[in-house]
Amino acid sequence: MGPKTITINHGAGGRLMHEFIHNSIVAHLGNSQLNKMDDSSVLQNHPHEQPVLTTDSYVVHPVFFSGGDIGRLCVCGTVNDLAASGAEPLALTLSFILEEGFELEKLDKIIASIGQTAKEAGVEIVTGDTKVVEKNKGDGIFINTAGLGFVDPKVSISSHNALPGDLVLITGPLGNHEMALFKDRENMKFQYSVQSDVAPLNLKVKKLLAHTKNIHTIKDPTRGGLASALTEIAQNSQIRIELEEDKIPIDQEVKAMCDLVGFDPLYLANEGKYIILCPPEEAPKVKAAFGTETTVIGRVEKGHADLILHTAFGGNRRLIMMENIQLPRIC
Amino acid sequence: MAKSDKNKIKNLAAAIRELVDDNPITLMEVCGTHTMAIARYGIKSLLPPSLDIVSGPGCPVCVTSAQDIQFAIDLANQKDCLVATFGDMIKVPGESSNLGSAQNVEVVYSPFDALEMAEQNPGKEIVLLGLGFETTTPLIASLIKSAASSNLGNFSVLPMHKLVPPALELLISDPDSKLNGFILPGHVSAVTGTRYFKFLETTGIGGVVSGFTPLDIMESIYVLIADITAGRTRVLNNYERVVRTEGNPKAFNLIWEVYEPEDSKWRGIGTIPTSGLSIREKYADFDANCKFELKKREVEEPIGCICGEILMGRKKPNDCKHFGKSCTPLYPVGPCMVSSEGTCAAWYKYNKE
Amino acid sequence: MCLAIPVQVKEIKNNNRAVVDNNGVNFEVSTNLVENLKVGDFVLIHAGFILEILTHDDAREKLALLEEFYQKTGRGKNGKE
Repeated sequence: MGPKTITINHGAGGRLMHEFIHNSIVAHLGNSQLNKMDDSSVLQNHPHEQPVLTTDSYVVHPVFFSGGDIGRLCVCGTVNDLAASGAEPLALTLSFILEEGFELEKLDKIIASIGQTAKEAGVEIVTGDTKVVEKNKGDGIFINTAGLGFVDPKVSISSHNALPGDLVLITGPLGNHEMALFKDRENMKFQYSVQSDVAPLNLKVKKLLAHTKNIHTIKDPTRGGLASALTEIAQNSQIRIELEEDKIPIDQEVKAMCDLVGFDPLYLANEGKYIILCPPEEAPKVKAAFGTETTVIGRVEKGHADLILHTAFGGNRRLIMMENIQLPRIC
Repeated sequence: MAKSDKNKIKNLAAAIRELVDDNPITLMEVCGTHTMAIARYGIKSLLPPSLDIVSGPGCPVCVTSAQDIQFAIDLANQKDCLVATFGDMIKVPGESSNLGSAQNVEVVYSPFDALEMAEQNPGKEIVLLGLGFETTTPLIASLIKSAASSNLGNFSVLPMHKLVPPALELLISDPDSKLNGFILPGHVSAVTGTRYFKFLETTGIGGVVSGFTPLDIMESIYVLIADITAGRTRVLNNYERVVRTEGNPKAFNLIWEVYEPEDSKWRGIGTIPTSGLSIREKYADFDANCKFELKKREVEEPIGCICGEILMGRKKPNDCKHFGKSCTPLYPVGPCMVSSEGTCAAWYKYNKE
Repeated sequence: MCLAIPVQVKEIKNNNRAVVDNNGVNFEVSTNLVENLKVGDFVLIHAGFILEILTHDDAREKLALLEEFYQKTGRGKNGKE
């Protein structure tokens, strides 16, 4: 019997590390590239396409939450960043920084979740790394993934490309990921059924681009939420975005929680939604690819870079980037 | 929002414009939650330009003195001590740091959670920051009574409470005051009743107790303007679904059972007589001021900001040279920027169109 | 100054606690500050405490000024449609 928790030796290059890689990583994630266990992976080239590269680190707490876990998140986050450029993900890297004492059973569950999510997204983990830090020098588990994909050169999707006349769409209700995490954090005693929306979106992007290449901007409203992401688009594209508050989809329980603890849903994190800006004639194709929850929430006008919300009763409010994370308040 | 509400708001906006008729009128919302609601719903975009709505000292977090915050930070940096606080307080600066960077701090949604923490961690001293106006104070008073009746020796409260009427009196007595009326705090009034604010009727500046929906606020502004333009000074209740004339006597009486009035320092304003609360001697065992050897020390208030004048309604955030530059919600200098409902923070976040 | 919202009482427990519901979000609050609480009551909660029991809409007395205004602008009594 081996140890039940991560020890310094799991990252030390010796027998324990090799056993861990074989029993857990290869068992859940194995593929022809990874199984070679070389120091790097040689990948298939796509000579008529452009390579797209991204990286992200995941430090979510709690590690397991309603609707997902850090494993699912570390695949979706990186895959969705690639697909936001219109790229088809080809391969991911996977690096763990583990704290001594982290339970192996939990780690195995996380790796299984990574394997399942990668399969769902149709992407392979081709190389990786594991380091262990001493007790109290980490927070259980940190993960970094990098992703490589390829994009058709006829596709040009960027936060700099939105144009006056474009419609602004969101592919589903906002705030579920952050509110699911909030529920699962210690000493928060609210009971509700909201689940994280964490999901890979690359296959939907692929479906969309099969029908039209005329999409200007795709962005995932993760930390900082819808308002921060749209502010960035407005600045990068030098456009004025006008939103209709009563069109923005927010689930009833998320809204109820926001009222209770004083959060603004426009600043809550999402992990399975895209903001899409495109000419009006392409909007039906976005809806066809992303499903019935997809909603037009605003449009792009000429003017200075700005983000304006038309409130539900006829007032106007300017939105800015999130300044600091939201904490429950009494005021 | 119901379409009928939208129509009502449109009609109210038109009626307000007609009544104001380009005359300069200044109203003050005393409650920070009103400040936030007015900004968030874009209410000022519906009002005529000569009608000014200014924000008063209605954020209990913003007006907490640097000295009190520093004492809380010092306590939180003590071994075996855990300071429980509402999230609002985390960024408020003390001498040179804030509670967010102190060692033992726990954000709670309810002060009740702090009592539970004390029960579950007998080896730790749990100090609850006693924040808030008349709305929040009864909650904390009831916890002090619970702790006393169950002899919970490791629970105490650091009282930082403030009372609303002394601040209103100070505002009214200001000879430079341009105020014509108050939008009165709905949830303070739920505890105190409207009668608590009746004293205003003899001052020439009336008020309306208001709820927090866009319709509530527009209605209250209309009623206030109607009284002001007709030369009436009254205290009216436009939050009848919540607020009674006598308030909630059980909650209100709890305040005075556990606390007694004392002079209190307001950040940016200075000391206002009998505007704070100290814990009565009977409950001294649960008073963090008495319990610990550590004592409060003198701390300089932040200099070079005009928060005092903003809190008094004399100046606007963009009159300040720090605003949006050296003073932002992430690195606040003065009290009006520290809480998300502070006047400057609301201005910064909801920049007027 | 004080964030407080209306919710409905679902269950009254012993030791001065009650379970309330806000559009599908359930949680426990303290009943220490109110008397004669009943299941089904709408209440105002603030930081985990019931601050006040709400009056039913039809029992509300609207300010005369507003009543007059709504009649003039074609809306019904009590500001209701």
